Amino acid sequence: MKEDLVLPAPREAATDSPGEPLLQVEGLVKHFPVKGGFPIRRTVGAVQAVDGIDLSVHVGESFGLVGESGCGKSTTGRLITRLMEPTGGKISYRGKDITRASRKQLAPVRSEIQMIFQDPYSSLNPRQTVGKIISGPMEINGIEPEGGRDKRVRELLETVGLNPEHFNRFPHEFSGGQRQRIGVARALALNPKLIVADEPVSALDVSIQAQVVNLLQKVQKELGIAFLFIAHDLAVVRHFSQRVAVMYLGKIIEVGDRDSIYTRPRHPYTHALLSAVPEVNLGDGETGGRERIRLAGDVPSPINPPSGCRFRTRCWKAQDKCAAEEPPLIQISGNREGHLTACHFPEEPTIEARDEDIVLDPALAALEEAAAED
Amino acid sequence: MTSPIDIEGGGTSVVVDGEQEPKTKPEEAKQLEGRSPGQLMWIRFKRDRTGVICAWVVLFYFTVSLLAPLIAKLYGKNPYTLYGVDPQHADAHPVLDDFGLPLGYFGGVSGDHWFGVEPQFGRDVFTMLLYGMRTSLYMALGVTVLLVVTGVIVGLIGGYFGGRTDYFLGRVTDFFLSFPQQLFFIAFMPVVTAFFVDPREETPTYFRALAILIVLWLLGWMPISRLVRSTVLSLREREFVEAAKVAGASPWRIVRKELLPNVVSPILIQFTYQLPSTILTIAFLSFAGVGFVEPTPDWGRMFATGADVAEQDPAFMFFPGVALVIFVLCFNLLGDSVRDALDPKSGR
Ligand SMILES: Nc1ncnc2c1ncn2[C@@H]1O[C@H](COP(=O)(O)OP(=O)(O)OP(=O)(O)O)[C@@H](O)[C@H]1O
Ligand code: SF4
Ligand SMILES: [Mg+2]
Repeated sequence: MKEDLVLPAPREAATDSPGEPLLQVEGLVKHFPVKGGFPIRRTVGAVQAVDGIDLSVHVGESFGLVGESGCGKSTTGRLITRLMEPTGGKISYRGKDITRASRKQLAPVRSEIQMIFQDPYSSLNPRQTVGKIISGPMEINGIEPEGGRDKRVRELLETVGLNPEHFNRFPHEFSGGQRQRIGVARALALNPKLIVADEPVSALDVSIQAQVVNLLQKVQKELGIAFLFIAHDLAVVRHFSQRVAVMYLGKIIEVGDRDSIYTRPRHPYTHALLSAVPEVNLGDGETGGRERIRLAGDVPSPINPPSGCRFRTRCWKAQDKCAAEEPPLIQISGNREGHLTACHFPEEPTIEARDEDIVLDPALAALEEAAAED
Repeated sequence: MTSPIDIEGGGTSVVVDGEQEPKTKPEEAKQLEGRSPGQLMWIRFKRDRTGVICAWVVLFYFTVSLLAPLIAKLYGKNPYTLYGVDPQHADAHPVLDDFGLPLGYFGGVSGDHWFGVEPQFGRDVFTMLLYGMRTSLYMALGVTVLLVVTGVIVGLIGGYFGGRTDYFLGRVTDFFLSFPQQLFFIAFMPVVTAFFVDPREETPTYFRALAILIVLWLLGWMPISRLVRSTVLSLREREFVEAAKVAGASPWRIVRKELLPNVVSPILIQFTYQLPSTILTIAFLSFAGVGFVEPTPDWGRMFATGADVAEQDPAFMFFPGVALVIFVLCFNLLGDSVRDALDPKSGR
């Protein structure tokens, strides 16, 4: 297949997975209507949760999707797993258009795309045993594995590091981390090719997060499953993803391979996100401090996003052009291949400390000044 | 997650650590069998002494009324014979005085008539009560089961499918809720009856029962449907439902396997509150003269009679009254215990 125009795959991903991407998303849009008015309720606006994003995930690849709360990550994940109907755009899986496929039409693909959920407490049915939960997908798809479903359940429990004899227990008898492992086992039950993991560790205790991330990494490597790993900061994704996309208010503003995003970011927002990651420089042998950026204010409302560049209300480099023209997601000069940035005035590709910290929050700036004077 | 009734299952979170498991002794192997939320509920319920006692009392009522004919046979009386008027009995053992009031103390309590006799006709109160309870309890049971089933179906459909379906069902629910219930029962019962039976003919008893059933059912399913709907609405957002969808489950399977098991506790709780109130409603209907009529023995009508003769023979009201109070009280306490057992977090 010829190189995909919208989002060329990075070199390394392309080499170990020749051919077309496993999952291809083009111009995906999801608007939630906002109802209002009295006495007749009608649509008065739309939450532009996802507003035209392109991404592709290759076989066996781990793709990270990062962004602040409310920027549309979960919506993207749910659109891809077809839990929601997209407003527009196209989703293809192995070259097959599944954007509008009905439940019946989806059936053959269903078992190949699975999901791991954020909240381990609400993702397991409290009235079903672990065995029932994990064998549910097999039952639904009429899959009768060799040696029976029970045997497969035990195997899966073992794979995710739980006692295989616990298949008769109920979710309330497990801790949060263990529940999340059960969720992983359920996602693996159908031998999927792609797993959408929606913030799989952010509800867990920090001490357990690493364990679960390691488990996912093991699963990804050993079983060759492609992951769309959603996270709200860059720290978790770093150890996990070969490619990373950064989302802001329903749009992807920067995407590239891990190195490009973590060491040569171009978009101001990526810089800001990186400066909030505490461990990002550990062991990188970099001298000197990192840049420090504090963003001011809140994310603007997705009902009425800013014109032009959506980040302009919080961007320290914003100029008139940013309000007038929406920056396209392109490979700007100095970027490696596959590293795309949507910004009119990109930053330098470095994360070294600046002469002066960027502190956009006036209150915070005053506090820091006071602290410096002491 | 602030659902009206917590669906999480057990309050006692027995966290089992996978790594520590090897320490368990072999004899505990059976213990590995997890305890379901249902089993935990049962264990909690058994610990609640009030609940257990009330459960026995309620069970006793149902058994006694089910066995009413048998007990009456052993006891040697029936609720239809006019012991005070029928010459066959009245001549040998007079039970009423010249004014039609029971002879003896406390409404004519004696070895022959344990709970006394009815003024005027001299019917046996004990068997009247037994048979009356039978009519009321089993009517109420039938009505309540119908109500709950209807409410659950309507609520599940509205809650799960949402959108237009939910809107439509919601308006239907509102429509039925807008009837003033008590008034409507009284006003509507004769209409329903007249609709099916020629007013000049005698209405058969089974038909009266049917009319009561229909009216109470039509006007009573809404609260349960609302409860189920709101529970399902919150359940529907749960990620385990999405997980089932991702696996390709059909809506039918999701409703049956994922949602229904989780609304069982609210339904059960509602059931235990609904039944005694239905009994009271049926009693009220008979009291108001639109329920069962003579000679069908009926709990509610005993109160009507009792109220008529309260000045001359206050004892008549005593036994049916006490029986009703004990039953309703126990059933409500049972309902509380069931709720506590199912839903320990909402406890006092
Ligand atoms: N079902 C819905 N109806 C209406 N608006 C919705 C719905 N789901 C999400 N939204 C809105 O869409 C936007 C994106 O939500 P989404 O859940 O995708 O964010 P997110 O990036 O996953 O955030 P978080 O990190 O908090 O999970 C939010 O503004 C949210 O309020
Ligand atoms: S386009 Fe303008 S406002 Fe947007 S990130 Fe770039 S410099 Fe900032
Ligand atoms: Mg989310």
